[in-house]
Amino acid sequence: MPENVFAPWTDPGAEPLIRFRNVTKRFGDFTAVRDLTLDIYEHEFFALLGPSGCGKTTMMRMLAGFETPSSGHIELAGQNIVPVPPNKRAVNMMFQSYALFPHLNVWDNIAFGLKRDGMPKDALRERVAEMLKLTHLERFARRKPHQISGGQRQRVALARSLAKAPKLLLLDEPMGALDKKLRQETQFELMDIQEKTGTTFVIVTHDQEEAMTVASRVAVMDEGELIQVATPSAIYEAPNCVYVADFIGDVNIIEGAAHRASEKHYTLHWADGQAPLVAASEMTFSPAQKAFLAIRPEKVLVTADRPADAENAIQGRIHDIAYLGNISTYHVEVAGGRLLKAQTANTRRIENRGFTWENRVWLSWDATAGVLLER
Amino acid sequence: MRLSWFNITSLTLGFAFLYLPMIILVIYSFNESRLVTVWTGFSTKWYGELLSNQAFLDAAWVTLKVAVFSSTLATVLGTLAAYALVRGARFPGRTLFSGMIYAPLVMPEVITGLSLLLLFIGIGLDRGVLTIVLAHTTFSMCYVSVVVSSRLVSFDQSLEEAALDLGCSPWDAFRLVTLPIIAPAVVSGWLLAFTLSLDDLVIASFTTGPSATTLPIKIFSAVRLGVSPEINALSTLMIAVVTLGVIIASLISKRNFVREQHGGEGRH
Repeated sequence: MPENVFAPWTDPGAEPLIRFRNVTKRFGDFTAVRDLTLDIYEHEFFALLGPSGCGKTTMMRMLAGFETPSSGHIELAGQNIVPVPPNKRAVNMMFQSYALFPHLNVWDNIAFGLKRDGMPKDALRERVAEMLKLTHLERFARRKPHQISGGQRQRVALARSLAKAPKLLLLDEPMGALDKKLRQETQFELMDIQEKTGTTFVIVTHDQEEAMTVASRVAVMDEGELIQVATPSAIYEAPNCVYVADFIGDVNIIEGAAHRASEKHYTLHWADGQAPLVAASEMTFSPAQKAFLAIRPEKVLVTADRPADAENAIQGRIHDIAYLGNISTYHVEVAGGRLLKAQTANTRRIENRGFTWENRVWLSWDATAGVLLER
Repeated sequence: MRLSWFNITSLTLGFAFLYLPMIILVIYSFNESRLVTVWTGFSTKWYGELLSNQAFLDAAWVTLKVAVFSSTLATVLGTLAAYALVRGARFPGRTLFSGMIYAPLVMPEVITGLSLLLLFIGIGLDRGVLTIVLAHTTFSMCYVSVVVSSRLVSFDQSLEEAALDLGCSPWDAFRLVTLPIIAPAVVSGWLLAFTLSLDDLVIASFTTGPSATTLPIKIFSAVRLGVSPEINALSTLMIAVVTLGVIIASLISKRNFVREQHGGEGRH
């Protein structure tokens, strides 16, 4: 691995900034977080991703100090922070609702935390000016929160939480209230600010695209447990289970019985009278074990004739075409009435497209294009 | 929608029922004659006489003192109670406590008055201004608590969390963030308590002593000797003060409501 790549989680000697150690959080009978262990490193942009109720917000609130773990402990820079109240932690949070103080103007909102620390006046003015500049809010310093737009409020919230230069910044669905276009701009702005300040960011989101865009690593959660923690590309290309594959992006899941073909290859019997599929896998499956082949639509090639060198090829009939402008998704009905999705970039004009509804086509992909999963 | 005849009639009847007695009282306070039922001409002389009647002025001073002290005390206690009940962690019996704080709202005044009287006698407290203040605080703090807690319920709790997160102690968070935001509700609670205390006759007469006579008590005892135009003038002044208090209280809470509604949406 080249040295300039930022990947402290691959370095066994690296000290994590945050350590969750067997953390469990129960609310009455409900277990929000179950025996969870996780390391987050300095300068990381770490995303907690999952559907609502998966425990991601509880994790964040435990980091901020608003919730106390039922068992286990949380370390920040080597110190157990469980007994430390929120106002004594070097952690700041940007709230989903922004929680801007409505009776204070933008300047006073940003200065609020600094004043609590008793920062000298000159230094405070300088720091607030710096924050206003970072978030392009200089012109709005004297406005009250209700006098600015949603996007501006979001930036005030960010500036306020960054002003104290925390070791760790928590972002709770920071883009939830913004429309799609503004959200994309803001994501890049956020990454930019994270890079400039060098602060460790932990973001909570249910938007997989957002997590993939901003994060150095993504933790996919479900029902209080971590399902997979990896870089966005690893999560996408090598999901460790059907849940992750399905949660992140679009995927075809083909269920079948796996048989070992060679050292690193398995065949998957997926439908009667059909040639088995070939898939490369590092995992070991016992003979005829139930397995799932996860393959992304954009890795499936659609052709009129069977490609001569294809390792996997299935014939089918085009059931539906979703035209999205830059790409088209073909829904192809194959043996057993199963629908598979294949995506192609529309590099040619629409009238030059080779096939249309009800056409018989071939779907093909390499042995390494998909991932064979146990569950 | 246009008002139908039916609506107009019922409105007129309703308002006449509510306000006619008061209007008559106000009109006769400007009557020249000493006889309250005979109109002889417009005059403000009863107001002048009122101002030279030392007994009434003393009573007014007592009433004002009681109202200011009791409403201030009630506002502090009522606000803290509302905060504890709305925000506090779930402690056992919390529902019971919230119910209990509102019970004095529906309790007959006679019972409140009597029980306070028994208490004051029991602990050997001399009845006077202090006991009226305590009694008024008791019944008006639940009104304050109702007003303030309805504001706190709609208050975004993450504002307080943000204050803690930025380094505030819980007390600082209350002082610097919660209190300024709920201030209009606290002020209207104070005004409500103030007007309630000005009005009260029953509880005050139970808990008062010879040294402290409030205006309602004074009026009530004066009326027993016959209604004089002076009383009309005094009552008119009280109506004015109370009306003003209620109007200011509702304006404050309305303005705050409008601002909040407005603040909820973005201005692009």
